[in-house]
Amino acid sequence: MTVAAITDDYSGERLDQVENFHGNQVVYVGWDRHLMFCSPIAFATPPATLFATLLDEMLPGAYAQHPEFKEVNWAEAIWHLNGEAFTPDRNKTLEEQGIDHKSILRITTPGLDGIKGSGT
Amino acid sequence: MTATKLNLKDRYRLLTRDLDWEYSYQNRKDVFPMEEFEGIKITDWSKWEDPFRLTMDAYWKYQAEKEKKLYAIFDAFAQNNGQQNVKDARYVNAIKLFLTGVSPLEYQAYNGFAHVGRQFGGVGARVACQMQSLDELRHVQTQIHAMSHYNKHFDGFQDFAHMHDRVWYLSVPKSFFDDARSAGPFEFMVAIGFSFEYVLTNLLFVPFMSGAAYNGDMATVTFGFSAQSDEARHMTLGLEIIKFLLEQHPDNVPIVQRWINKWFWRGTRMLALVSMMMDYMLPNRVMSWKEAWEVYFEEAGGALFKDLARYGIEMPAYAGTAIAEKEHLSHQTWSIFYNYTHAAAFHTWMPDEREMDWLSEKYPNTFDKYYRPRFEHWREMERAGERFYNPTLPMLCQTCQIPMGFTEMNDPTLVSYRQSVYKGERFNFCSDGCKDIFDHEPEKYVQSWLPVHQIYQGNCGGADVETVLKDYYKMNLGVDNMDYRGSPDEQRWKQWHNLQSAEDKLKKAS
Amino acid sequence: MSKVYIALQDNEESHYIVEAIEEDNPDATVIYQPAMIRIENEGFLAVKRETVEEKMGRDWEVQALHVNLITLGGNVDETDDALTLTWNQ
Repeated sequence: MTVAAITDDYSGERLDQVENFHGNQVVYVGWDRHLMFCSPIAFATPPATLFATLLDEMLPGAYAQHPEFKEVNWAEAIWHLNGEAFTPDRNKTLEEQGIDHKSILRITTPGLDGIKGSGT
Repeated sequence: MTATKLNLKDRYRLLTRDLDWEYSYQNRKDVFPMEEFEGIKITDWSKWEDPFRLTMDAYWKYQAEKEKKLYAIFDAFAQNNGQQNVKDARYVNAIKLFLTGVSPLEYQAYNGFAHVGRQFGGVGARVACQMQSLDELRHVQTQIHAMSHYNKHFDGFQDFAHMHDRVWYLSVPKSFFDDARSAGPFEFMVAIGFSFEYVLTNLLFVPFMSGAAYNGDMATVTFGFSAQSDEARHMTLGLEIIKFLLEQHPDNVPIVQRWINKWFWRGTRMLALVSMMMDYMLPNRVMSWKEAWEVYFEEAGGALFKDLARYGIEMPAYAGTAIAEKEHLSHQTWSIFYNYTHAAAFHTWMPDEREMDWLSEKYPNTFDKYYRPRFEHWREMERAGERFYNPTLPMLCQTCQIPMGFTEMNDPTLVSYRQSVYKGERFNFCSDGCKDIFDHEPEKYVQSWLPVHQIYQGNCGGADVETVLKDYYKMNLGVDNMDYRGSPDEQRWKQWHNLQSAEDKLKKAS
Repeated sequence: MSKVYIALQDNEESHYIVEAIEEDNPDATVIYQPAMIRIENEGFLAVKRETVEEKMGRDWEVQALHVNLITLGGNVDETDDALTLTWNQ
């Protein structure tokens, strides 16, 4: 049973299928232990976006207000894609490396644990 | 023959059970078509009894008396410019959230109880639901009346019904009730009558309203307690329906338990809004959210579930997580609204030093360790003229629709992420509780109207956030939104009380 | 045994009701909070019409309790003579 309904063959309209985003897909990004940004971010961007664009343009727009952002050593950053360890390739697009619609990218930046180490 | 006064039990029998009739030419299943599809088995509706034995004549009599008392106080409040006597204008922002977020739920409850009051085969339950439906309509009306006075003097109250259907954070309470009302009649009763009314509304109406009184808001405490006088009856109805379902058939027990699990969790997520109202929006504090949670959930709810154990009912799943979250919930929720105050129809602010000390005292295990450094940093940014606003849109939970600001309880510095894949599509959640609810009925929750995704799909009137706020949400930008400091609300308040801000004094002195 | 409780609006009429409850339930605890009075007791609490009438010096129906009631916890039973709250466990 996928829903308790008065009709036997009830199915719901999926509101967030990728087709509804006019050529974009949604990608979520969370920077671990930097809860000055209260929750992960939702970006809408084409699947053909280069990872370099995400790194060099989208993330600074989101996180530059944090004093630790300029200290991030991207070579050492640890990534997870939908919970699995992940090594991004900056010269590939999102879809070429499996970052599909409503995927979650988590970034851990060793040594940077937020303001006064509080996870902020 | 002299007319003798009937006693309560006889009157209840005559004015309730005696109003029913046998269906001679219609099939009973056609009359009550929604009674079976949820899997609930009812063998004997006559076992239902309203413990208050309230009949319609007594109902009108006492409700009229409550209304007279209530409106006498509203009149006095308006005639005496009561809005000037609240402790601090920051407080009024809690009332804005109440009008936009809670009062429309009263209207939804009125709809919901009218609906189930038609669908139950037992006349006792039908009459009780009909009265509750009328109560809920009274609540929404009295709340709008009470707050219409604030609308004359403060910003953000003007379009509450329009906003309720559109604004991102209001999708949280709205979708909660949409979920309940689109369920079957028995689930609705367990959702709203039991889990919400019995287990959780005390947390909204009792300590918060007592807090309103403590902050000089006579209008709110009066409608709050007047509504709550009906609530005692609603709670009792909720408990009766649970006991009735459990006594009717053993097959009902696992179904009811699952509904309790679901609606307890949905309710605690929605009450995140109340937690921040209590800890951050009441200038004079009566008790912390954590203390209220201990009295009204851990103690009162604990007693209730101990009593229900004889039917095989257990504490709701994830009660343990909710209990652990009492140390964090209000701080994390306030952080979410502080991040996105530019997109809200009420103001937020950073607590002052005295308020931070109160939070440290009430939350010795968590506040200084996790939240004070965050708040002090934001305060420094504000002092430097760079009040922090989050420049992006947040990721939302598919089920509760709240920005994903809740953390793992074994490491409160890490966001709690959960994910399911259904029909090849990813769905994301803030908690095990929200994921379980989706996984059990995915066809329902694939339909979630998530405000952030709707904006990205172009369904909210524009591509940029400002257009969405101004044209789609109908917010007055620079007036309804942004920090309390520097807001027109603050300026008016200071004029009424001849107060000068520290900055103004400095400017004049130099 | 768990505690049952009842909370009333803090007003003139409630003061008589609280007085009656205290007399009929000598072990009950009465807690005054802003604008409300909370009364709790182990396992059982009764509000009796006769005692309330005696305190008020006039007739009083048990159902009139609803006008001043804020919340309660426990299994309810209401008759012409009393409202009682109980937990079985």
